[in-house]
Amino acid sequence: MQMLEDKDRIFTNLYGQNDWGIKGAKKRGIWDNTHALVALGREEIVNRMKDSGLRGRGGAGFPAGIKWSFMPKEDQSRPSYLVVNADESEPGSCKDREIMRNDPHRLIEGCLIAGFAMGAHTAYIYIRGEYYLESTRLETAVEEARAAGLLGKDACGSGWAFDVHVHRGAGAYICGEETALLESLEGKKGQPRLKPPFPAACGLYGCPTTVTNVETVAVSPTILRRGADWWKQFGRENNTGTKIFSISGHVNRPCNVEEAMSIPLRELIEKHAGGVRGGWDNLLAVIPGGSSVPMLPKHVCDTMTMDFDALREAGSGLGTAAVIVMDKSTDVIEAICRLSHFYQHESCGQCTPCREGTGWMFRLMQRMVRGEADVDEIDMLWDVTKQVEGHTICALGDAAAWPIQGLIRNFRPEMEKRIEAYKQARRAAE
Amino acid sequence: MKTSSFPKAKTGDFKFTEENLREAEKLVAKYPEGRQASAIISMFYLAQKQNDGWLPPEAIEYVAEYLDIAPIRAHEVATFYTMFNLKPVGTYFIQVCRTTPCWLRGSEEILKAALEKIGVSKAGDVSEDGLFSVVEVECLGACCNAPMVQINDWYYEDLTVESISRIIDELRAGKEVAIGSQTGRLTSAPEGERTTLKEGGDADA
Repeated sequence: MQMLEDKDRIFTNLYGQNDWGIKGAKKRGIWDNTHALVALGREEIVNRMKDSGLRGRGGAGFPAGIKWSFMPKEDQSRPSYLVVNADESEPGSCKDREIMRNDPHRLIEGCLIAGFAMGAHTAYIYIRGEYYLESTRLETAVEEARAAGLLGKDACGSGWAFDVHVHRGAGAYICGEETALLESLEGKKGQPRLKPPFPAACGLYGCPTTVTNVETVAVSPTILRRGADWWKQFGRENNTGTKIFSISGHVNRPCNVEEAMSIPLRELIEKHAGGVRGGWDNLLAVIPGGSSVPMLPKHVCDTMTMDFDALREAGSGLGTAAVIVMDKSTDVIEAICRLSHFYQHESCGQCTPCREGTGWMFRLMQRMVRGEADVDEIDMLWDVTKQVEGHTICALGDAAAWPIQGLIRNFRPEMEKRIEAYKQARRAAE
Repeated sequence: MKTSSFPKAKTGDFKFTEENLREAEKLVAKYPEGRQASAIISMFYLAQKQNDGWLPPEAIEYVAEYLDIAPIRAHEVATFYTMFNLKPVGTYFIQVCRTTPCWLRGSEEILKAALEKIGVSKAGDVSEDGLFSVVEVECLGACCNAPMVQINDWYYEDLTVESISRIIDELRAGKEVAIGSQTGRLTSAPEGERTTLKEGGDADA
């Protein structure tokens, strides 16, 4: 597998070590001959994206080129929209933030390319409300691009009219779900819609819409410039390219880093994040793709490869590639209980299994943290997760269930020990 | 969504300032004609900022009237999203991230220190001088710079008990506090020598 060197990194200002404005962006090759990319034509752009094998970077990993191809041919009666999902709220994930504050033009150029490939003249970037600095930088970058004629009636001299608007959310994790995001963008509560109809047929304001993640959009101009073959040398088949990993938790030097897909988990942590606190043997478990995916115990981490397929085979997922590391000092039950609190707080309340189930699971998890439960209740908790999973309109119910399932699967003895200790303490007190 | 017979909004005394009216017009213009409801979140931000960081019912209904939508729709939005404060908050509104990545790196101590420092016993209470209030919030999306807090619009990252106390002292004294990492680290690059992107200046962090 090809090692990733700086010359092959796309996000060359990931850390904001250089100017994020238009001058700096142009130095990094952004907006260089962009009209030639547009001149490839809609079909050719989509074909090249398909050929690259790029899979969506927002969590689900759906092939980007295929998603773009779902958009209908231009229709005079209804406009098409590109909506960029910048509602980054998955616990552990903080990569899109770096793109937006340190390299906003890369995203905006990507919007033009992706938007053109979808027949859209307008893009909305839906950014989470808390990212205030990031939204002001994006706004400034959009203004710069308009002033330079890179956006507008004749964007980059391509003949294609295109404009980008930044839309701030207001603190709701559920708005990262694409149809909830559209509801929110329309000025309503962010509650997911039933699918079908899918957004490509009936999305924003009832018009054809594609919702796609920041990173997916931002890498697309570079893939077109350098070619699908260049992109495919990184990672492995069906898991191509480079990816920004967010490494947080019990590591010596937490960081975001762009690496080749399919990098071994241990190498990722030791090379870039300074290793696990107290050394690799002090590792307890890793949540490899943001809070929604089940955790991996250390012995699985030892040989884990970080890509979509390998993690799915291991019963987890790459998600947003947010690696949350927990060392042996961690109270793993509380770590998951905090996530249960998160999902209970973020459930939109629309579907009963999720609205009631997330509260149930959180309250039961709180007792598991104290050990104030019966061993049988671990099975009941498992059962409740299974009744929530798959029974809701959107995936938030699944996301709330999986971390608990991962806990029970890997740390059941720990939970039983806690229950026993609580019982003994009670007996001693009596 | 407009219904034909909704009760008229009770706007009371709340009105946008001249400046905010101009700003509101610009924000509504981002959306196609007839889709002005899309601007509701940004209208609420304007109203909240104008009203010392919180959103009274009069402001909610004023925005409903401004956007020509049913007041109940505006109330729905105001109560659904966590960033709208429906009761008064401190001049400096401190939100401590409590979710697992921050918790793993000590967010509980940060919360405790912040509450102690402003002299209130529980989250949500406003300090006696009206300057501060502290709440716990879910993941703010700065996990590689944990633990962290948001104070009004800005993020303060890589915190320790000492640094959060210092930040509160400095804000109380009316001083400017540098936003972002409090350890001098460059955004979310690994502390110390970078492992990638080694070339290139450190200008404009």
